[in-house]
Amino acid sequence: MARAVIVGAGPAGITAAATLAARGVDVVLIEEGRRGGGQGYRAAPPGLDLPMRRLLGGDLAAWRRIQARFVALTMPMKGLHERFPGFAGQVEFRPGTLAWNIADSVVHTECAGTLDEIAYDALVLATGATDRIMPVPGWTLPGVYTLGGAQTALKDQGCLIGRQVVFCGASPLLYLAALQYARMAGAAGARVVGVLDTTPFAEKRRALPDLLAAPGLLLKGLGLLAALKVRGVPVRHGVRLSAFTGTDQGEGAGVDGVLYQDAAGRTQRIECDAVAFGFGLRPESQLAELAGAALRYDPTFRQWFPAQDADGRCAPKVYVAGDNCRIGGARAAEAAGLIAAHAALADLGLANGGTDTQLVAARRTLAAMERFQRGLARAFAWPHHWAAGMADETIVCRCENVTVGAVRGAVLDARGGERELNRVKAAVRCGMGRCQGRFCGNAAAEIVAAALGDAQAEPGRLRAQPPVKPLPVTAAPKEPVT
Amino acid sequence: MTAPPREPPGTEQAGARAGRARWVRVARFTGVPVRVSVDGIAHEAHAGESVLSAVLAVLGHARLNEFDGGKRAGFCVMGACQDCWVWVDGGRRVRGCGTEVAEGMAISTSAPRLEAADG
Repeated sequence: MARAVIVGAGPAGITAAATLAARGVDVVLIEEGRRGGGQGYRAAPPGLDLPMRRLLGGDLAAWRRIQARFVALTMPMKGLHERFPGFAGQVEFRPGTLAWNIADSVVHTECAGTLDEIAYDALVLATGATDRIMPVPGWTLPGVYTLGGAQTALKDQGCLIGRQVVFCGASPLLYLAALQYARMAGAAGARVVGVLDTTPFAEKRRALPDLLAAPGLLLKGLGLLAALKVRGVPVRHGVRLSAFTGTDQGEGAGVDGVLYQDAAGRTQRIECDAVAFGFGLRPESQLAELAGAALRYDPTFRQWFPAQDADGRCAPKVYVAGDNCRIGGARAAEAAGLIAAHAALADLGLANGGTDTQLVAARRTLAAMERFQRGLARAFAWPHHWAAGMADETIVCRCENVTVGAVRGAVLDARGGERELNRVKAAVRCGMGRCQGRFCGNAAAEIVAAALGDAQAEPGRLRAQPPVKPLPVTAAPKEPVT
Repeated sequence: MTAPPREPPGTEQAGARAGRARWVRVARFTGVPVRVSVDGIAHEAHAGESVLSAVLAVLGHARLNEFDGGKRAGFCVMGACQDCWVWVDGGRRVRGCGTEVAEGMAISTSAPRLEAADG
């Protein structure tokens, strides 16, 4: 029987797994976290008393659908298999497992210090994305988190990141995260003290034609904004973030305010004890690169994505689906998971012929979501132009405190500076820390491009290296090698 | 419609009393209590709670940056930034956001000192 390995149990991975298993393929579903659902549709730990209806609002139905699919997929089905041999493929869910390398059609994993290798006939990579960061002075202070991080603290742990929280940046997550906090904050005497959107409102109007590709989601977005206003949360558009203020020393260490310039150019300050910020998403594309995918630059997002065909094929026997290959959000990920699974079935010779109506619908959804996301990329613009004016002393690499000036200096070195991001990394270690460039890479690429003085130059990208995340030095294979 | 007022969530927490806790609990864990310590301060957590959320219920930070000693309190909370590493049970280093608390766990925000070899 054919074996598919799927990395990532979010909407894309769960849907791909369900589709493949239903057609008799054995599936190993690898997930670094403990539960299925991904970042958006995550399941809280058992015993956490989260009011999901209040927290998720209109997203409750989609959350239930993905969670139900995951539960159906991973329920013990042994009895069913004994009664109906060949009815469906076995699904093995491996939570708490890191896929850290892919080589020669084998996925290398680590789980609680135990190394393993899994050979595959088809590999679906659905590894998702994290927040894309443009550094702001003070972004390493305790109490400053990504937008996704603020949501995880709430949805996974039932905690707010502080009592007076500012949400800022340019991201579809900005209003969503702010409203989720506003819905939950009251009981604890906490509140959302401001939402600072760095994109001018006029850009959102200009993005309207593309945003109308998904009118339901556009309405939802406008609804978030309206709900924040009803709750009295101040929302500012077109701001420039100057600094997160505070100290990282002593008993009172932490962020204490956000300094910004409003749309009229006046300096303003909001007091707070926590900040969540981000500028859209960046793909977790390292495993696709290690599996042989080429990377392709997308000028709309100013980012590199694994090159793929219309069905997610990116290398022999390797498929990509979801935000790790095309920033699209949960609905697009679900559709892409179905499409990638069908491509894998076809390549395994397991296509059942005929036209699958679900597949046709998924293609239509994906096309609409792609157009919508291009609108979002404009409505929540990545402020790449900030890179040129950023102060030299600003930290760009939070792992090793490498400054903007150091990165710039490597390019502008009088003895013949570096012109390529990976060379800059070798020279000043920006991107070499333990996050492996996930949170400095996008900004460092823009700083290098700006220092080169070519406004049209596309930003570079850091190459992926195995292991894609740190492994414990004590990690060892399951069985001793003889 | 307004939601009914919720009871003060969770157990009384050492950090919350001292005013140093960074995270604010708005939903309680109903599972079994799990006793841990954070830099020697006793704390009652619950099954399902992450090490990071236990630490930030007691302290305002989770670790010190190796390069300037500055306090850090995590950043991405989803296992990507590696900025919430803490030490548990006298040696093992774990990512606070992705590790669940266990009964008796001694969590430290700084690296344990090596014992002198000759005692």
